[in-house]
Amino acid sequence: MKMKTKKTTIIAGVAAALAFGAVTTIADQAFAGNDRFKKVLARGELVVGVKADYKPWGFRDSSGKIVGMEVDMANDVAKALGVKLKLIPVQSSNRMQFLQQGKIDLMIATMSDKANRRKVVGVTDPNYYTSGTNVLAKKGAVKMWADLKDKPVCGKQGAFYNKQVTSRYGAKIVAFVGNAEAKQALRDGKCVAWVYDDSSIMADLASGQYKDYEMPMKTEDDTPWGLAVPLDEKDGIWGNFMSGITYNWHRTGRLIELEKKWGIQPTAYLATMNKKFEAYEPK
Amino acid sequence: MARLSIAGAAPASFEGGGSLLELFGDFFKQLYDTTGWNFVIFYDQVEWDRFIAAIWTTIKLIIACLIFSVIVGVVGAWAQGAKSKLLRYGMAGYIQFFRNTPPFVQILFFYFVLGNLTPSYDAGGYQEAYIGSFGWAVISLGFFAGAFNTEIFRSGIEAVPESTQEAASALGYTRLQSYIYVVFPLAFRVCLPALNNNLVNLLKTTTLAYGIAVPEMMYTANQVWSDNVNVPEMMIILFIFYVGLVAILVWGMHRWEKSMKIPGYG
Repeated sequence: MKMKTKKTTIIAGVAAALAFGAVTTIADQAFAGNDRFKKVLARGELVVGVKADYKPWGFRDSSGKIVGMEVDMANDVAKALGVKLKLIPVQSSNRMQFLQQGKIDLMIATMSDKANRRKVVGVTDPNYYTSGTNVLAKKGAVKMWADLKDKPVCGKQGAFYNKQVTSRYGAKIVAFVGNAEAKQALRDGKCVAWVYDDSSIMADLASGQYKDYEMPMKTEDDTPWGLAVPLDEKDGIWGNFMSGITYNWHRTGRLIELEKKWGIQPTAYLATMNKKFEAYEPK
Repeated sequence: MARLSIAGAAPASFEGGGSLLELFGDFFKQLYDTTGWNFVIFYDQVEWDRFIAAIWTTIKLIIACLIFSVIVGVVGAWAQGAKSKLLRYGMAGYIQFFRNTPPFVQILFFYFVLGNLTPSYDAGGYQEAYIGSFGWAVISLGFFAGAFNTEIFRSGIEAVPESTQEAASALGYTRLQSYIYVVFPLAFRVCLPALNNNLVNLLKTTTLAYGIAVPEMMYTANQVWSDNVNVPEMMIILFIFYVGLVAILVWGMHRWEKSMKIPGYG
C-alpha cells in the first residue's frame, strides 16, 4: 500500500513537471511571438523600413525627407499604435535582412509577395497592392517581349524579374545598384529598355521627364505586394494587427485615396478589394 | 519549361557543368531540404552557369587590371623622373587625381561620363560602345592602382644609389637605357613587397565593378541571393572565393620575390 502511494506520487510529480514544462514552453513561445510588438510600445517609436528611391512609393522630396504612398501607410500604422514613426531607407537586396536582424520593426518596401520570401519574413494578408513587369523604352525601339532577345536590358540589382526576362526572352540583363543609374544607362542608350515594375514606370512617364519614352509591353506576372513583420511575430499581435489595419485600408478606400494622392494609375486590384471588403451596413 | 529552354541554350560549359552538378548536386539539394542551408549554385543548373561565368569574368578582370596597373606604374615612375617639365607635372596631376578620389566614384565617372564621350555605334535600338563596362572597369581600376604603383616604383628607384646610375651613364648608357637595364631591375626588387600589397588591394577592389554591372563575382552573388534569398550562404561563398584568390596571388608574388633575390642585395 505504502509502495503504491509512493509510485503514484512519483507519477504525479513527473506529470506535474511535464505539465509545468509544457506551460512554460507555451508561455515562452507566446512571449517570443510578441517581443517586437511590446518593444515598439515600450520604445514609443515604430521603425519602418521603406524605399527611398522608388517614386512615388518611397522617395526623398526636395528637402531630403522621405515621403510617398508607403510612408503615408507607415504613418497610419504609427498613428494607430500611438507611437512616433522612424523611417529607415532599405534596398530591395537588404530589406528582408533588415527585418530579420531587428533593424526595423515593419517593412513596407514595394516587396512582391513570393513563396520563398514568406519563408523568411512574416508577410501579412491581405496584400495591399499588385503590380507587374514591364519595360520603359524609347518610342518605337521595341514592341514585344520577344524583341528583347540578346539585347542589353537595364535592370536593378535585387529585382526578381531580371531572371525571368532572361530565362523567358533571352534578354541580357545589365543590373545596376540603384534605379537612378539604371535609368541613366537607358537614357545614354546603353540598353534598349529598362525592365521594372509597371507602377513605377507609370509614375516616371507621368513625371514628364520621359517624353520620348513609352511602356510598350503587355504587363506580365501581376504579383501582389506584401508588407512584412518579423516571421515569428506573424501569428502574434503584431501580424494580426497589420492584417487588421490592411483590411481597414481596403475597406475604407484609404489605399485608393493614397493612390490618387501620389498620382498612381488606378489599379483594378484596389477597386476589387474595396468592393470585396465593403462592410455590411446594418439597417 | 522556361528553365529547360535556357539550359538548352546555355553555352558549351553546360556539358561539363552538368556532370559536375550530377556529382554533388544531390548532396547540396538534400542539405537545403534538411538543414535550410541553400547553396543553390551547387544544384541549380541556371545558377551554376551564372556562378561559373562569374568566376571567369572575375579572373579575367583581375588579370587585366593587374597587368594594366603595373604597366601604368612602370611608365609612370619613369615619367616622374623625366626631363620634360610637362611630363612630370602631368604625372603629378594624375597621381593626385587618382589617389585623392574614391575608386567607386572613379568607376562611375569613367562609365557614365567618359563612356558617353567615347565612340559607339547603333546596334538596333541601343548604343554598343567600343569600350563596355568591363573595359571601363579595367581602365579605371588600372589607373587607380597604377597611381599607387607609380609611387611604389618611385620609392624603389630612389633606393637605387646615385653612384650606380652614374656608373651606368659612365658606361655609356642613355637615361632610358640605364632605367631599363640597371635602375629598374634593382628598384623592382626593392619595391616588390609594397607592390605585392597594392596588388592584393587591387584584387579586392575589383568587386566595385559590380556598380557598373560587370558580371563578376560580387555582382553575381548579389543576383543569386536576390533571387533565392540565401544571403548568408552566398556571403560565405564570396569570402572563400576571395580568400582563395588572394592566397594564390600572394603565393605567386612570394615565389617571384624569392626567385629574383640577389644574394647580398636588399
